[in-house]
Amino acid sequence: MESFDIIIIGGGPAGLAAAVAAKEEGCNSILIIERDKELGGILNQCIHNGFGLHTFREELTGPEYAERYIERVKELNIEYKLNTMVIDINSKKQVTAMNKTEGHFTIQAKAIVLAMGCRERARGALGIPGYRPAGIYSAGTAQRLVNIEGLMPGKEVVILGSGDIGLIMARRMTLEGATVKLVAELMPYSGGLKRNIVQCLDDYQIPLRLSQGTEEYFSCDTLLLSVGLIPENELSQGLGINIEKITSGPIVNDQLETSEEGIFACGNVLHVHDLVDFVSEEASLAGRNAARYVIVSAEMRESLAKINLIELISGKGVRYTVPKYINPIKMDEVVTVRFRVDKVYREGSIRVTFDNNEVWKRRKKIMAPGEMEEVKIKRQDVMSESKLQNITIEIIE
Amino acid sequence: MYDVIVIGAGVIGCSIARELSRYQIKIAVLEKCSDICEGTSKANSGIVHAGYDAKAGSIKSKLNVEGNRMMESLSKDLDIPFHRNGSLVLSFREEEREILEDLLQNGLKNKVPDIRIIKKEEVQHLEPNISEDVVAALYAPTGGIICPFTLNIALAENACTNGVEFFLETEVVNIEKQQRNRSSNYQIQTSNGRFDSRIVINAAGVYADNIHNMVSENKIKIIARKGEYCLFDKNLGSYIKHTLFQTPGKFGKGILVTPTVHGNLMIGPTATDVENKELTTTTQSAMEEIIAKAERSVKHIPKRQIITSFSGLRAHTEGNDFIIGEVVDAPGFIDVAGIESPGLSCTPAIGKFVAELVTDIDIIPLVKKIDFISTRKGIPHIIELPKEERDKLIKETPAYGNVVCRCETITEGEIIDAIQRPIGAKTLDGIKRRTRSGSGRCQAGFCTPKIMEILARELQINLEDISKSSGESNLIIGKNKEIGWMNK
Amino acid sequence: METKELICIGCPLGCMMNVAIEKGQVIKISGNSCQKGEQYAKKEVINPTRIITSTVIVKNGELPMVSVKTSEDIPKDKIKDCMKELKGIIVEAPICIGDIIVRNVLGTNVNVIATKNVRGQN
Repeated sequence: MESFDIIIIGGGPAGLAAAVAAKEEGCNSILIIERDKELGGILNQCIHNGFGLHTFREELTGPEYAERYIERVKELNIEYKLNTMVIDINSKKQVTAMNKTEGHFTIQAKAIVLAMGCRERARGALGIPGYRPAGIYSAGTAQRLVNIEGLMPGKEVVILGSGDIGLIMARRMTLEGATVKLVAELMPYSGGLKRNIVQCLDDYQIPLRLSQGTEEYFSCDTLLLSVGLIPENELSQGLGINIEKITSGPIVNDQLETSEEGIFACGNVLHVHDLVDFVSEEASLAGRNAARYVIVSAEMRESLAKINLIELISGKGVRYTVPKYINPIKMDEVVTVRFRVDKVYREGSIRVTFDNNEVWKRRKKIMAPGEMEEVKIKRQDVMSESKLQNITIEIIE
Repeated sequence: MYDVIVIGAGVIGCSIARELSRYQIKIAVLEKCSDICEGTSKANSGIVHAGYDAKAGSIKSKLNVEGNRMMESLSKDLDIPFHRNGSLVLSFREEEREILEDLLQNGLKNKVPDIRIIKKEEVQHLEPNISEDVVAALYAPTGGIICPFTLNIALAENACTNGVEFFLETEVVNIEKQQRNRSSNYQIQTSNGRFDSRIVINAAGVYADNIHNMVSENKIKIIARKGEYCLFDKNLGSYIKHTLFQTPGKFGKGILVTPTVHGNLMIGPTATDVENKELTTTTQSAMEEIIAKAERSVKHIPKRQIITSFSGLRAHTEGNDFIIGEVVDAPGFIDVAGIESPGLSCTPAIGKFVAELVTDIDIIPLVKKIDFISTRKGIPHIIELPKEERDKLIKETPAYGNVVCRCETITEGEIIDAIQRPIGAKTLDGIKRRTRSGSGRCQAGFCTPKIMEILARELQINLEDISKSSGESNLIIGKNKEIGWMNK
Repeated sequence: METKELICIGCPLGCMMNVAIEKGQVIKISGNSCQKGEQYAKKEVINPTRIITSTVIVKNGELPMVSVKTSEDIPKDKIKDCMKELKGIIVEAPICIGDIIVRNVLGTNVNVIATKNVRGQN
């Protein structure tokens, strides 16, 4: 059986960054498996700009951002397979996949990075009643049709959901000739970034209607749904990995290691992100840790596994945290904890408590569920507390 | 001049056509939609009933038990999935035991094999997720589940292989009877020209009354009875194993909870009579109703796992029984109407029954073919094949290695196969019914653009001409910058 | 004096800013949290500009379309005209990131450039 030190499932932004980081950490046997015909994942269809401000200090389009990593993967001679679908991963870290040239095959890994991304919530999951006509697309499917194939699903468009993809598509459809009549949102606030509301809707006088409990009739030939993303964890579930209910992603420790030893997760398969820059950062961490896992001896791993983990508690106003656990011995100098708040907070504060001691508090002008928040946990702070069990993150109004 | 023309390419029309294709006669099937399996046949429970339900002595009761028995070999001949998972009629109160007893007696009269009433403990043993309120159940081990799409499609393909001609997008607008003693013939005007036939078989589903009333003074009426369903993610397929019915009673007929033959969980249907025979809409209230009623049968319905909902129209008659027979004032014109539940279960038996009827009325001589092909090979589902077979197929045809539908793991090869077979798929829904591509949890989000590309390539048509299903349901209207304000 | 409210788009923060304008000049900006916000506000109320992204048709490429953008911002009121300029443009593969697709679009001194590599067929 063919074998690699690290197999990365998915060649999108997360998989690419994980591969690059793993290679830079010293691992020379890496394979990326990508199901589509090119690397880059969803970035290939995100042709708008606004990517890379954090990572490259400049504003790039999706394909340009992806290309930076693809170039790096090629420079580093990292192996990848395209048009290859992973069918199964078992607990012995054997990955079974299928493609046109090799057929159905199994390869062995020492460590695995899950970077499969997410899928869009479909109409059925929302229980929208009515007929099942043509012209109802998830926003991402329409984005692919318009941006990759150059095809227009319709000319009179209504968009349900004000998530970023919906907002971006409102502008894209308008620019290519369509009329977007309305963006309707079920919640009292938009799930999209401010910048997108301004530049995708306001610029084109596209009305945004938030939850009002009223009924109105709009005729359209196209309905786009931008109603949420779901991490694609069917492969992870097959592995028996513990899944966090709120995120639908694996529960991970500060190494981004799942409940299965040596299996790491990053990007939208772990939790849905707003900015690709944070995906890259998170994925680099997963890639680095996968490389370290492969390099470190089995005895070392075992002794480290015995350390009592510190649990991160999602306090008031915090829906979830990634990671969920911190290993105080293994942890990096600084661990970034990412989370989402449960509603819009104006002039609220984020508070971090170690067991019962407040260690950090910061005021924020605004916090919204659509924008991911983060706090940094320092190793020196953790080490100075003996027998630390819980770290609570909460929002004070 | 055809010997037999069947109107309607649903599961019943195709079963009859296939049965008659055993004989040396000229047969055509006329269908108004652009594909087979577009009406009631595509939206039902997919259940093969055991046969205790239909009132003893009715046509339904006879054909149901026989159809159930025939389904096993038919599904093998046609290479379609069928599973005898057994069914349970649940009773939730002591008073309902009497109804179970009546059902048992009726079932025994209908000669349903191996049925018996079982106690709560045995029900719980069979189904650990069953509701605590269950007191007893009627157990029918011969109940089964089938793929309603591929049953219909396989029957049509096999009929086609045996010489039956299919005319799609051919809507019957008028039928004229040319009577010459016993030997009459019919001139059928359609949206696609005139067809002449000695015998006409009316298998037009909810429109069977329209067709019947074109030739007969004794008018019939088919009532479209809508049933709505919810379908759940495959990861719930093993939530229950048997098809769970509820004792009809105070809460109405009750709804069923069943695994599908493909491993999803399904609940439904409601029953609402509707005027509009195209009203296949779902409603909020019906969704709430079926979920609430399903929760009487099983402990917890995980609503978050619903992947889609749909509705179908049953062809209901006031007489509550099938109308199968030669029309009195129209010799050679055979009605096969009012085929509502357990119609799907009766499919093979109806085919046989109608073929016998054609023999009995003796308008055309029926001589058996010696070269009738009784079997049909389905589209290989690559991922479920044994390794050697799979590797061999991919080596021969690499497209079988290219996964297009992630959720159901359907390959490009399977999709091409669906397009190239007899009466091949031309639409997105046509591909879906033949391969299951797009019927998984993402509901065609990822595979739609890829399938459009394959359809355009294989059929050599423009992407603009690809539609979701019958009628005007084009998926795209044009190219970027060539629509709307861009043209001003 | 005239005041305009606008949301900063410089970063994901999206600060709500108040801009006071007199005789076509910005005299006061409040609500921003950084220098970028100030610059954006000045520009946005006097001379709003945008980067435009779209696609054009590729001939003989491994993909049917190539994504493009204006290499710099162009005036906001030129967006639709810019899109019309892109209508009907067909480029031949191979295309590299940065290749000029339309030079000096609408006389803005800004080029429309490719944002994706598209190799030729085979």
